[in-house]
Amino acid sequence: MEVSVIVNGTGRSADVEPRTLLVHYLRDDLGLTGTNIGCDTSSCGACTVLVDGRSAKSCTLLAAQVDGAEVTTIEGLATADGLHPMQQAFHECHALQCGYCTPGMVMAAVSLVDEYDDLDAAGVRVGLEGNLCRCTGYQNIVRAVLAASE
Amino acid sequence: MTDTISPFVGGIVGTPRLRKEDPALLTGESRFIDDLQLPGALWIALVRSPYAHARIGAIDASAALAVDGVVAVYTGADLEGDWAGPLPCAWPVTDDMKNPAHLPLAVGKANFAGDGVAVVVATSRYAAADGVEGVVVDYEPLEAVVDVRDAASDRLVIHEDCGTNVAYDWELTPDPDGVAAAFENAVHHVTETYVHQRLIPAPMETRGVAVVPAPHNGDMTLYSSTQIPHVLKVMAALTLGVPEQKLRVVAPSVGGGFGCKLNVYAEELVCMTLANRHGVPVRWTETRTEAATATIQGRAQRQTIELAADADGKLTGVRATLLADMGAYLQLVAPGVPLLGAFLYHGLYDVPVYSFTCRSVFTNLTPTDAYRGAGRPEATYAIERAMDALAVAVGVGQDEIRSRNFIPTEKFPYDSPAGLIFDSGNYQPTLDRAKELMDWDGRRAEQAERRAAGSTMHLGLGISSYVEMCGLAPSRTLAALNYGAGGWESATVRILPTCKVQVVTGATPHGQGHETSWSMIVADQLGVDPDDVEVLHSDTAISPLGMDTYGSRSLSVGGTALWMATEKVIHKARAIAAHMLEANADDLDFAGGTFTVKGSPDKEVPLAAVAFGAFTAHDLPDGMEPNLEAQVTWDPGNFVFPFGTHIAVVEVDEETGAVELIDYAAVDDCGNQINPMIVEGQLHGGIVQGVAQALWEEAIYDADGQLRSANLADYLVPSAAECIDMKLDHTVTPSPTNPMGVKGVGEAGTIASTPAVMNAVVDALRPMGITDVRMPASPMTVRRAIEAAGGSS
Amino acid sequence: MIPAAVDYVRADSAEAAIAALVEHGDEAKLLAGGQSLVPLMRLRLATPTVLVDVGRATDLVGISVEGDTVSIGALTTHSTLEHSAELAAACPLLAHVASLVGDPAVRHRGTLGGSLAHADPASDLPAAVLALGGTLVVAGPGGTREVAATDFFTGFLESVLAVDEVLTEVRVPVSTGGWSYQKFNRRAQDWAIVGVVVAEGGAGVSLVNMASTPIRATAVEAALAGGASATDAAASAADGTEPPTDNQADGPYREHLARVLTARALTAAGI
Repeated sequence: MEVSVIVNGTGRSADVEPRTLLVHYLRDDLGLTGTNIGCDTSSCGACTVLVDGRSAKSCTLLAAQVDGAEVTTIEGLATADGLHPMQQAFHECHALQCGYCTPGMVMAAVSLVDEYDDLDAAGVRVGLEGNLCRCTGYQNIVRAVLAASE
Repeated sequence: MTDTISPFVGGIVGTPRLRKEDPALLTGESRFIDDLQLPGALWIALVRSPYAHARIGAIDASAALAVDGVVAVYTGADLEGDWAGPLPCAWPVTDDMKNPAHLPLAVGKANFAGDGVAVVVATSRYAAADGVEGVVVDYEPLEAVVDVRDAASDRLVIHEDCGTNVAYDWELTPDPDGVAAAFENAVHHVTETYVHQRLIPAPMETRGVAVVPAPHNGDMTLYSSTQIPHVLKVMAALTLGVPEQKLRVVAPSVGGGFGCKLNVYAEELVCMTLANRHGVPVRWTETRTEAATATIQGRAQRQTIELAADADGKLTGVRATLLADMGAYLQLVAPGVPLLGAFLYHGLYDVPVYSFTCRSVFTNLTPTDAYRGAGRPEATYAIERAMDALAVAVGVGQDEIRSRNFIPTEKFPYDSPAGLIFDSGNYQPTLDRAKELMDWDGRRAEQAERRAAGSTMHLGLGISSYVEMCGLAPSRTLAALNYGAGGWESATVRILPTCKVQVVTGATPHGQGHETSWSMIVADQLGVDPDDVEVLHSDTAISPLGMDTYGSRSLSVGGTALWMATEKVIHKARAIAAHMLEANADDLDFAGGTFTVKGSPDKEVPLAAVAFGAFTAHDLPDGMEPNLEAQVTWDPGNFVFPFGTHIAVVEVDEETGAVELIDYAAVDDCGNQINPMIVEGQLHGGIVQGVAQALWEEAIYDADGQLRSANLADYLVPSAAECIDMKLDHTVTPSPTNPMGVKGVGEAGTIASTPAVMNAVVDALRPMGITDVRMPASPMTVRRAIEAAGGSS
Repeated sequence: MIPAAVDYVRADSAEAAIAALVEHGDEAKLLAGGQSLVPLMRLRLATPTVLVDVGRATDLVGISVEGDTVSIGALTTHSTLEHSAELAAACPLLAHVASLVGDPAVRHRGTLGGSLAHADPASDLPAAVLALGGTLVVAGPGGTREVAATDFFTGFLESVLAVDEVLTEVRVPVSTGGWSYQKFNRRAQDWAIVGVVVAEGGAGVSLVNMASTPIRATAVEAALAGGASATDAAASAADGTEPPTDNQADGPYREHLARVLTARALTAAGI
């Protein structure tokens, strides 16, 4: 079936099997490999993207489900002027090490600060409950998200 | 704080610096293994035994071959002739160690649930997954051995050709009579038994492999999400019988390892042989569920530790015995993991005599191997838990029992009773500072208040002081331990004609920030901008010599090689500069990237001019080779011994059994720091990983050897919501082992934190008569302990 | 992991969904937000032949309060419930429970109707609707019917929904009396090991993960109705339950938790 989405502002389309997961559609059919896969059970959030502006786990959606939607991936955040403020905050706070969870973590964080007002550290921690990181112990991630939310 | 002695004067080393790795990782630009674009590649998926122990009968692949996109199916027997040898174990710790043949695909018998028995080759990852469903294997299930004590009994022998489940026995008792006397004369004799559950390393990136063959000229490139491209190249060449010079191994961006990518795995060799057979690229990406069973697990030890002490609680002897679970086969360094802890069961305490024995056994479970800390977390756990028991026996505080036994600073370098030489240490200040950070007395008072008020929310305080040996390793020491390789590291420093710098390192990063730290070292030495230093790594065609990254070795061994190579380059540049300035090389100062003649500051030449002169070679001293480049391979003379003290505070809900970590302080000493920001990051992550062993994580197996926590919904890797901000500080006691005075820090947090948390849990419950809680301290486990102790209903 | 091959039909209204279900029979599976179904398909624990994607049926989205009743379209997401000022005023318990489902990304896609139709005894929202005495509106080829939440769940992942029926709306009474949800788990993102919902000052008490379906703690409700104290009522929280055993808890521990959490929930609800 033909699945069309607006990815990072550009209309894209590909002919895929109905069972194709959004994350495989993005990675294998559209070549956007910044979005990673970390689990089989919707637990880790490495695959988080924005669908119509809100975080979603792209391994837990069929591409068909988002036909016609706007999708933002990690490749769509930075501009010619530089990193997105959330990316910049992650850089400045040393909120990444191996970087594998990072695209999903950043997308989840972008959605989180947009969705919830007046986030404090506890709110950030709970808000990122669905994104696992094995390297950082989260302390600097929380710092980065708070910095970017100001 | 201790006085700092550092060879760095450039103002770059020792200050926080943001990582140059970040922009690519933050934007999705980095290429992890699954991101590689390989047109025409075939995908493989493995058919894995669902049984922990089963004879493999007929394998019917006809339904798989009928799946659209499936190209071929191979069984273990089909590929048996492809292997020049079994999967390697590089650490035969004893001459009579039993090492059953471990073929990439099992033949005849599967020995753990997850053991590969066949492989499906297909044109897409989806087709390969479908193909696996179509392979019908006729298994004859056998009884599984899942408990280490059951395994040791040899009631049921897994590998018939070995004749026993015992892989090896290993002992380190330099003074047996002394140990016997110490326990005979002990006023206090503490005996404790602890169990380290199996852990799943779970880096966020699972493993993956892609092999690109060149059928006509015979070259082959193996891309793997590995910590050890250099070691893998040697091992893969031997196992597959391919000429090593034709093999290139590349580790692309690697999404964490924690030891589990320090191995040679079946899928790497299967992809290689199938790429040969099919003449096209062959690739594989592990699923998270596979990662739980087909990638090594960690810990899995049962330990008994005995302390002998005098009336004041001063240790007079330590004796430890282990029963270690190797799993179904011996992976690359698995037999050596207990040995990496074997020397440290007396911790950082001054003990005259020492004994360690280990028996390692096979079970029908996933093979174990090195996992963050590898042997040292286990040793630290045993001694630190037992020290709390001793404190109770003696009737002193947990802090006091440690202070009474710390190796005195004046005894360094310290000849340990296990035969090591601890390079440097100053332990008491880390305990003092950690107590200060934690407000130890205030927390104790709060605990007492809650107890007096009859609160069901109990506070517990736990201390863990640790020393570890890292910076693997002096090659001669490794030889004495029967390890199959050396412990050196290599670095090349190359100043380009435009005075930009290329650095080649054999240490292979997978998240540690080598590019940033290495460029800081070189920039500080050369007086250039760190951004002008490019660090090349992880590709054996670019970095042919290396021993890779594990055991907190990169900086103290690889960084030292780099420092020395840079000094070598400066030495040559100095000679050229002297020639240009018509001065004596010994009369030149070098600072801020400029050579000046001592006493004549106006006579100077910048490094850039020297570099260009070395490149043009128009006017070099007689006999000097053009260009500024130096390579150094460094073999350390000793391990390095980082140390510190961590304090955890937990709150235990008596009614539910829930344990919450509510405060954490850590004071660590890793000698001189290159980039304090990275040091803190390593500690943050390491601490959480150790806390996770204490509170959440466990590979749960049932009596049939089935893993009941095979994905991240059931294996509880903590999220930000379960973790807290940690209070960190450090002391600086430079290492005399290397010229930079550095020690490792990659594993320290994990080594220290598990016993700190468990000591806190037991401290909270001790008034109920509870002296131990098994890990992880899950709510049900804790609640059961409370009920067994007669606690509230 | 990768789902087995499946056919896909898009149905942008309840009517279209019912027609598709009628056409494909029990081979078909309704796909709403997919936050429970897609993971099961990836593990190949669910292998439907046809997916009927009702995710864009806008006629099934929305929250309205009329008189004493809150009506919620089945495709309303957890996130919408969580942030709805209207719901917060009319039934704060339901908004709060919705805010604790999964994680934010799951809440953005997961739907109330999907959660109820999935009928997982470990899920939060079914127990909440149960405690609130909700009513579920079910549409099929023969028209619509209303099913009391107490009659809806029939077994583990099973409900009264026929293969050709669609859950279209969930109705709960306006409820601002004392309430609490005690969700006990080891990680924030996980399902409850045990959960206890107290609604409307104790008029409704329900339990998560204490049987093969979400269940009412009828003994607790009766005790409270009879004037028992919170502590005494909570002591009967495990009566009539059949708790499962898994990695996190066995039956006796779950029963213990049910009693402890019920006492806490009743206290938090001001009882």
